[in-house]
Amino acid sequence: MRQLFSKSLYAILMFCVVSLYACANDSNGDSTKKDETNADDVTLKLPSGFRAVVFADNLGGARHLAVNVNGDVYVKLSRLKNGNGIIRLRDTNGDGKAEDISGFGNFPGTGIAIKKGFLYASTDEEVYRFKLDANNNIVNPDKPEKIVTGLLSRHEHEAKAIELDNDGNLYVNIGAYSNSCQMEDRQKGSMGMKPCPILDSAGGIWQFKSDKLNQTYGDGNRYATGLRNVVGLNWNTSTNTLFVMQHGRDQLHDLFPDMYSTKENAELPAECMYELHKGSNCGWPYIYYDQIQHKKILAPEYGGDGRKTAGEDAQDPVVAFPGHLAPNGLLFYTGTQFPEKYKNGAFVVFHGSWNRAPEPQEGYFVVFVPFKNGKPSGNWEVFADGFSGGPEFTASGRAKHRPCGIAQAPDGSIYISDDSKGTIWKISYAGK
Amino acid sequence: MKKPMLPMVICIFFFSMTLLAFKTSFLQTQLQASIARGKIVYTARCLTCHQVDGGGVQNMNPPLIKTKWVLGDKSQLIQIILKGSNTGVTIDDIEYHNVMASHKDLSDLQIADVLTYVRNSFGNKAKAVTEAEVKAERAK
Repeated sequence: MRQLFSKSLYAILMFCVVSLYACANDSNGDSTKKDETNADDVTLKLPSGFRAVVFADNLGGARHLAVNVNGDVYVKLSRLKNGNGIIRLRDTNGDGKAEDISGFGNFPGTGIAIKKGFLYASTDEEVYRFKLDANNNIVNPDKPEKIVTGLLSRHEHEAKAIELDNDGNLYVNIGAYSNSCQMEDRQKGSMGMKPCPILDSAGGIWQFKSDKLNQTYGDGNRYATGLRNVVGLNWNTSTNTLFVMQHGRDQLHDLFPDMYSTKENAELPAECMYELHKGSNCGWPYIYYDQIQHKKILAPEYGGDGRKTAGEDAQDPVVAFPGHLAPNGLLFYTGTQFPEKYKNGAFVVFHGSWNRAPEPQEGYFVVFVPFKNGKPSGNWEVFADGFSGGPEFTASGRAKHRPCGIAQAPDGSIYISDDSKGTIWKISYAGK
Repeated sequence: MKKPMLPMVICIFFFSMTLLAFKTSFLQTQLQASIARGKIVYTARCLTCHQVDGGGVQNMNPPLIKTKWVLGDKSQLIQIILKGSNTGVTIDDIEYHNVMASHKDLSDLQIADVLTYVRNSFGNKAKAVTEAEVKAERAK
């Protein structure tokens, strides 16, 4: 009897707690206008007049994304979620959030792009494409065409970021399966292989036809070489060229402690933006770009000492950012929604560093570089920050969100993905 | 005359207790010394990839916090330091892909120290790794 009484009391108490909680949540419901600018746990810092809305959340490893002409957002996942590797987000009522969320494509990966009625998506070895119909739906979600196959993926820089031009070409990053082409990868003091054999099949951008099935190395051509790893890349329609962001080499101090301090290790080498042409060579692994000396420096694995210059045949970067920030997304802005200074400029999404330890980590932000006539016309500035959750989360590298992909919507807004929790933000300009 | 047994027993008892205490404190000091030396090795060789907090890096370098790799079989753990690893590991359904270099140039004592440090840091608590154990693994 007594037990029954205490049980009922407990039930009543629980009911009260739950009701209170529900009420509290409900009253918050009225003030969600403010919350719209946040994923529940972070607030993005943006220039005045810009506004961020959480378009979708908790998608998992949201890598690159692509927006269709009707505004549908396609997100590529690095890990399958409910068996799906691609998520379609559709805002059916125009409130700036995705209500219709569906998935397809049973393969994980990073790359995704839309061109001329096809959705292209990559795994770490292949590129597939799906046909879109007149109503902007995927025609056969279970049966994509295999465009490229058999690309190398060897435990390092596996992600196959992709991009297309307007002349029927597909560009695929094949990252080097090495840090600096040492005889023993990442081994202290191990010297570099010369010539670096990795460059035959990786460490560059390969070009394939966008509509030919089952192509492999022999069908494509090495469009650009000497690129350690590229994740962020974008076809610039004003210059009609491919721009890429290279992930610079790691561990100068760990591997050559007599030549580099931990502080130098944190800053060097630069994370470089390159404008590519057929045959471009960006110099990896023989050289790296030092953004403090403004020079191409001979890599220590090839006899360098931090000062000797080299790489006369290698291209100079278009922009050189501080080291290890990990540029994973690149977008040249062609919209009209943002203020004039953003037109044709570059947004670069920095995933955030890990290779600056024991110095504090940095990055986890989106920067903007103004461009005029296809060249940078001013210094880069931080555009969107706060993904990590605060300076302490940035410094420790334990960021709450890690920005990765970027894409432009038909209305000129931009979307940013986060591959840590899978938040998708939509950033728009609301005016002064 | 009857021998005073009781005081003698008490004496022996306290003497052994003291010895035991000395032994425990000696081992404790030894463990602490090994951990302290191991931290120096960790900072020089491991910290960049596995980070200050041992938490590793998303999808690249595995965490060293309460995983079976760190707390489990010592032999396997020592072999990873000696030979490196290029197969990747999966922990809690997350794959970590990056290559780990061999650190066979470290001495047996340095490897024992760094593993003892790792097994007793970041919330881990496991038995020390000894120089003799590393030596035996190296000979395999």
